[in-house]
Amino acid sequence: MLEIKGLRASIDGKAILNGIDLVIPPGEVHAIMGPNGSGKSTLSYVLSGREGYEVDGGTATFAGQDILAMEPEERAAAGLFLAFQYPVELPGVNNANFLRTALNAQRRARGEGELDAVQFLKLARTEAKRLSMPDDMLKRNVNVGFSGGEKKRNEVLQMAMLRPKLAILDETDSGLDIDALKIVAEGVNALRGPGFSALVITHYQRLLDHIVPDRVHVLANGRIVKSGGPELAHALEAGGYAAVIPEAA
Amino acid sequence: MSAPSGPLAALKAAADAFVADYHARKTSLPGDSHVRAEAAALVATQGLPGPREEAWRYTPLRPFAEAQFAPARRAEPSAALLARIPAIAGTRLVFVDGRFHSELSGVPEGYRVTTGEPAFGHLARPAEEKLVALNTMLAEDGAAIHVPAGTDAGTIILASLATGAAVGFHPRHHIVLEAGATLTLIDLALGDGEYLSNPVLTFEVAAGATVTHLRTQDEGAGAFHLSTVYAEVAEGGTYDSFALTLGGKLARMEVHARLAGPNAAAHLNAAQLLGASQHADFTTIVRHDAPNTASRQTVKNVLTGRSRGVFQGKIEVARIAQKTDGYQMNQALLLSPQAEMDSKPQLQIYADDVKCSHGATVGALDADQLFYLRSRGVPEAEARAILVRAFLSEALDPITHEEARAAMEAAIAAWWERRE
Ligand SMILES: Nc1ncnc2c1ncn2[C@@H]1O[C@H](COP(=O)(O)OP(=O)(O)O)[C@@H](O)[C@H]1O
Ligand SMILES: [Mg+2]
Repeated sequence: MLEIKGLRASIDGKAILNGIDLVIPPGEVHAIMGPNGSGKSTLSYVLSGREGYEVDGGTATFAGQDILAMEPEERAAAGLFLAFQYPVELPGVNNANFLRTALNAQRRARGEGELDAVQFLKLARTEAKRLSMPDDMLKRNVNVGFSGGEKKRNEVLQMAMLRPKLAILDETDSGLDIDALKIVAEGVNALRGPGFSALVITHYQRLLDHIVPDRVHVLANGRIVKSGGPELAHALEAGGYAAVIPEAA
Repeated sequence: MSAPSGPLAALKAAADAFVADYHARKTSLPGDSHVRAEAAALVATQGLPGPREEAWRYTPLRPFAEAQFAPARRAEPSAALLARIPAIAGTRLVFVDGRFHSELSGVPEGYRVTTGEPAFGHLARPAEEKLVALNTMLAEDGAAIHVPAGTDAGTIILASLATGAAVGFHPRHHIVLEAGATLTLIDLALGDGEYLSNPVLTFEVAAGATVTHLRTQDEGAGAFHLSTVYAEVAEGGTYDSFALTLGGKLARMEVHARLAGPNAAAHLNAAQLLGASQHADFTTIVRHDAPNTASRQTVKNVLTGRSRGVFQGKIEVARIAQKTDGYQMNQALLLSPQAEMDSKPQLQIYADDVKCSHGATVGALDADQLFYLRSRGVPEAEARAILVRAFLSEALDPITHEEARAAMEAAIAAWWERRE
């Protein structure tokens, strides 16, 4: 599904990603853990096409396409989704309209028919309910006045509606209480299947208790320094990053 | 060497030409000839607003002075121009090149409308505003609208259509709402080509009356739109306005609102969407002359190309006007590096127990918001349009007249499509 080879990237001439190799086969969920500042968010932004990041080398292939050459909206239509670490507020933009615009833009790009307002609302209400979100969150402006947890749930709602092939969740669990965490995890687990992969960025084992990953990677200084099975996350939880990061700590 | 008198000389010559036109036609101009003669004397001595006047510093009238405008004649609008009047339920009062056109207009019920001569009223101040003196001197037609006490006059669509003849017209409208009356006035200035539209509207809002004044200025690309509004609001009355500026080459809307009785309110919201080398100025003078009065101004500017937006907002609070609540916010979204916004707030407060705030922001589209939308699959152009619309929402959302608002949304969308 996603194949990253030797990916290097910088911001304002400062190297942040120093050669990332990562393969996520279809249907698998991988977790990335790593200290603050190690480049986790940078990786997710480079993959989704945010401006300001210079790709200095390497490749990233998603569903057979060179995604680094695509516009952000093309990447989204191809099935890539990023749940932002810090979801952006859009004052003056109604959440339901936002979701419908996004969904229909993607459908249009893929040559599928658009959903009308009634079809869309039915779908949105069902998904919102599944995520225990009050209906009024659809009527409010995107993320404006949302609590931290509501913002994260709104990201998961978007993911549920857009049905990506690959979802990158950047610390979607930070700031969530245990009930919200379970709801978010269920949202991800509901999509699991042969056509869905996920890259879960987190600091905490507790999310991985609910979304059990196939592989766990440790990112440090812009490189993957260790990979393993789910047990690696337990080892990190017990011993911290120092034990696995070579010349750090 | 070009002397600084260059623009001044041009303005003087333009004023003289207007005065000469007045003298040539004065015996045939309808309405109060005395008021008109007084105004002519003012124009002859004061001329037109010049660049050295503080109130006109940001809006030089030189391009206007260099153009020439013949007196307007009776004209017929093209079908395309007529079709630009949105389908809004209400009574239409249509003016073509400044003249009332009865076949295109409807018949009001339950209130009076008089046309055929300028409705001078008594609120305008030709001695203080030079363009109002010009209007008074040359006004040929206008609507006098009189809504009796307690009457809901519904919606009037006051449409000014300019056919594109290189003419100048100076309509003069006077709107009176007696106690407890209500009226929504949809005020449209539409046209093609190069011309001068210099309307003056005066509103007399009696106790407990509410007038909603929803304006769309979508004049021709080469047009000059210079309008002045006076609103005088008595106890518990409201002058509630929103002004959308899309068209014209050089435009200024000047609004004088006076809150004359306790609990009177004025809303002067506006949006200016400009492109190419358009220049538009929204100037307000709000005077709080009684206790417990409130004024609200939310002004949004979206500027592309080399356009220039101006907002001047003056709030005067008289000594007697305790518990005044004044709010003014001007925001500009610059979509090109050559676009420019000038903002001049001015507070003059003589009462001690008041709440007055003002603010101004200038910025570009937010890169994070743009990326957020695009990351969800929304193409860049559509994402930009969504964010521009969102930026305008604070000014547009208070418009409760659904049809008028939908028409403005459509006009904004059309502007976005054709913008340069
Ligand atoms: N916009 C930026 N400008 C300059 N440096 C940045 C910017 N964004 C992130 N960085 C730097 O890049 C490094 C990696 O940041 P980030 O990817 O956010 O880490 P993580 O998500 O792993 O905490 C950090 O050193 C951070 O300071
Ligand atoms: Mg991060």
